[in-house]
Amino acid sequence: MFFWSIVLILIGIYSSYILGKSRIKKLVYSTNLKPKSQYNYHAQYVLSWCLLPALIVYFSWAIFEEQIIQNLILDSFEYVEGAAYNDGLLLAEIRNVANNTDFSEGKSQEIINAASQYKSLKLTSEISFYISIIIIMVLGSLYAVRKINIQFNAQDTIEKYIKYILIFCSSIAVLTTIGIIFSLIFESFRFFSQVSIFEFLFSTEWYPFIPIREGQAGAEGSFGAVPIFAGTFLVMIVAMCVAAPIGLLTAIYLSEYASQKVRKTVKPLLEILAGIPTIVYGFFAFVTVAPFVKSFGQSIGIDASPTSALAAGLVMGVMIIPFISSLSDDVINSVPQSLREGSLGIGANKAETIKKVILPAALPGIVGAFLLAISRAIGETMIVVVAAGTAANLTANPFENVTTVTVQIVVALIGDQEFDNPRTLSAFALGLVLFVITLSLNVLALRIVKKYRERYE
Amino acid sequence: MNSIVAQERIIALRKKRSAQDLRFKYYGFIAMCLALAVLVFLLYSIFSRGFSAFQKTTILLEINYDQEVLKLTPDSTDQEIEKGKFFKVKKNALNNVFENLSKSDAKLIKKLFSTNIDKEIKNYYIDNPSVLNTTQKLWVTAHSNVDQMLKGNSRRDVPEDRRKLNDIQLSFIDQLVEEDRIQKEFNNFFFTRADSRHPEIAGIAGSFMGSLLTLFVVFILSFPIAIGASVYLEEFAPKNKLTELIEVNISNLAAVPSIVFGLLGLGVLLNVFGFPRSTPLVGGTVLALMTLPTIIIACRASLKAVPPSIKEGALAIGATKSQAVFHHVVPLALPGTLTGTIIGLAQALGETAPLIMIGMVAFIPNIPTGITEPSASLPVQIFLWVESAERGFQEKSAAAIMIILLFLFMMNALAVYLRNRFEKKW
Repeated sequence: MFFWSIVLILIGIYSSYILGKSRIKKLVYSTNLKPKSQYNYHAQYVLSWCLLPALIVYFSWAIFEEQIIQNLILDSFEYVEGAAYNDGLLLAEIRNVANNTDFSEGKSQEIINAASQYKSLKLTSEISFYISIIIIMVLGSLYAVRKINIQFNAQDTIEKYIKYILIFCSSIAVLTTIGIIFSLIFESFRFFSQVSIFEFLFSTEWYPFIPIREGQAGAEGSFGAVPIFAGTFLVMIVAMCVAAPIGLLTAIYLSEYASQKVRKTVKPLLEILAGIPTIVYGFFAFVTVAPFVKSFGQSIGIDASPTSALAAGLVMGVMIIPFISSLSDDVINSVPQSLREGSLGIGANKAETIKKVILPAALPGIVGAFLLAISRAIGETMIVVVAAGTAANLTANPFENVTTVTVQIVVALIGDQEFDNPRTLSAFALGLVLFVITLSLNVLALRIVKKYRERYE
Repeated sequence: MNSIVAQERIIALRKKRSAQDLRFKYYGFIAMCLALAVLVFLLYSIFSRGFSAFQKTTILLEINYDQEVLKLTPDSTDQEIEKGKFFKVKKNALNNVFENLSKSDAKLIKKLFSTNIDKEIKNYYIDNPSVLNTTQKLWVTAHSNVDQMLKGNSRRDVPEDRRKLNDIQLSFIDQLVEEDRIQKEFNNFFFTRADSRHPEIAGIAGSFMGSLLTLFVVFILSFPIAIGASVYLEEFAPKNKLTELIEVNISNLAAVPSIVFGLLGLGVLLNVFGFPRSTPLVGGTVLALMTLPTIIIACRASLKAVPPSIKEGALAIGATKSQAVFHHVVPLALPGTLTGTIIGLAQALGETAPLIMIGMVAFIPNIPTGITEPSASLPVQIFLWVESAERGFQEKSAAAIMIILLFLFMMNALAVYLRNRFEKKW
């Protein structure tokens, strides 16, 4: 369907363009008047009236076709008394039978019936799709052709359309935000209708197991997210202990001491650290750092977990070094030169100038940089999924196994997803918390940095 | 007297201060070196692990393509060949690896070979049908345990019960090595096959194709939308609350953790719009939404860099605003926007978490051919292999990381090249 609809739409584009052009040319010949805009714009006008409705039809078909067919199938399915059904599995089976990709023997009659119904519905849908897209393209073009006359200012209209398209493009970002907020809040609401919000925020027990049958002993799930928040915090602290000193000192060295040549080579090298995919850091943490931490722990007499907070935190720290160094570098560079010269002029040496003049002056900006780095560290997923644990554990010992918000989101969604149990829905509640925290950290950091910039401009 | 003491004190203080100064400088230097050392160490630990995955171990096997055993004749059709009894041929060959093997030894021998070798035997026959009723010497793939042992990735000197290969199997391997019947060769499977449960025949072709298709979707969606959005915001947007809202929105969206975009994909694209699960279509859409802010910010910067005199010149000779923008400003800004898009695509190529959310983490043993087919992607493949308990997958994941780093390097080099080649200084 994809290929042929592209062909159809291309044919439509070509013929509507030609149609529009020939129409306005004919009008010009017959009336011998000058048209208000160039031929091309008239042609484009007809083209847009052909293309845009066709695209709307195409996308609405692509989005709704499968769902409507599924609902029709399920409505007319001949349920056998006493048998248990799962809608998703049933539909998958019907689809496999219809596409001849199910080779197991002995399909029941109602499945075969449903499969043939599925096939015929698909065919009907495809035929009606082609018919409706052709009709809509023809109607659109005819409408546009009828509107063309010598007095018609096609250029104005086209420019108005372009502007609408541009507005639509820039509103995609807003729509994305709305989509994020909508999906997080909607699913979290479903989660909190099953689990109380106070339990989620303040209880320290996180056992997200769901009883398989009702009344099963010892399998009642509990969803207290405090150990998860604590684990996230611990990993973040370890990461900042690595990244803050190294990143800040590197930024100071590069902006105040290093020669132009060193700066030009080191900066891109540090940017490599920022460009390495996070799964690569995860691999590094899992294969190299975690065994090292374990043997280091043994050598000082601590029994380190193979999925310790320390290993994940150390590697995460390495990952955020470039964020801190490049942001702090910008901030330090925007401290006015006069402050430096004043300090050096009264006899302070470079280190004293940096420590007593530049850093205090740049402090708000550096704090902003740290906040951005923290927000990065909290939202980071792959390092902790690979290198940190999955079991919730309320501890402040970095050698122990902890889990984080992002790990729990992945764990909840990686297997079967059933959107009626709190195990799956908890991912959205955790995602909401993550979203709110990172967003507010970010807004705060940007505001601080902006205020700081204004001070020296 | 007093002044001498004071002078000495001042000298001492100055020494102390300049020592402090020097120390501070060295702290900075050490911090920088530490950061670079970690980078080198990271790359070293990946490359040293990954290189061995480009080779595979093969064992020489004498195969008797007997007409009777295969139940084939010289003029069998393709379908008959497909059903030929190649596993029997394989069994005979395995029993004759060494002379006078007992039944239990033959079982141990069988475990030295990949489970896939009857296919290799069959493919050799399909390529050379004239070998019927002859005995051929064929190099076939060894089992991952043998491969890892010979590459030195698993250790020999541990007790027998902690090894995958027992002592008898090790002695067989030694004998094969002595007789030059075992060798290492280029691992073509790694580049031509999709994922598999068996490390020795698992490859990145499937996930690589998946990544390419995903990037294709990202490019198709994000490039036009980003150009449209940045042209609007830079050239047309009136200065009002709505525009400000969009701008704040874009800059904040750039900082939203990628996993949240995964939740968006799951909650909205899959559950509300009914996109097909695990496909490059939905993966690419999610990644396009994620990289859109980055690309928009880059596009706006390059539009800003075009001097206003160009637009004003066009307006002065009677062009409308759209004409001035689309005929003059946008073409001049195009190299810059392309650079930004490539950097955004590089970011999308390395992204893993959102793809896990929308189900691109499933085990997919074949190479996808379209954007609506279930497929893996390169970083997710690495994730699956890292998580796998099988030791043979570790070198595979390191090698896949090498491939992905190579591609990121090439994309960034292309971006830098485009910038240097086409960027105009006004």
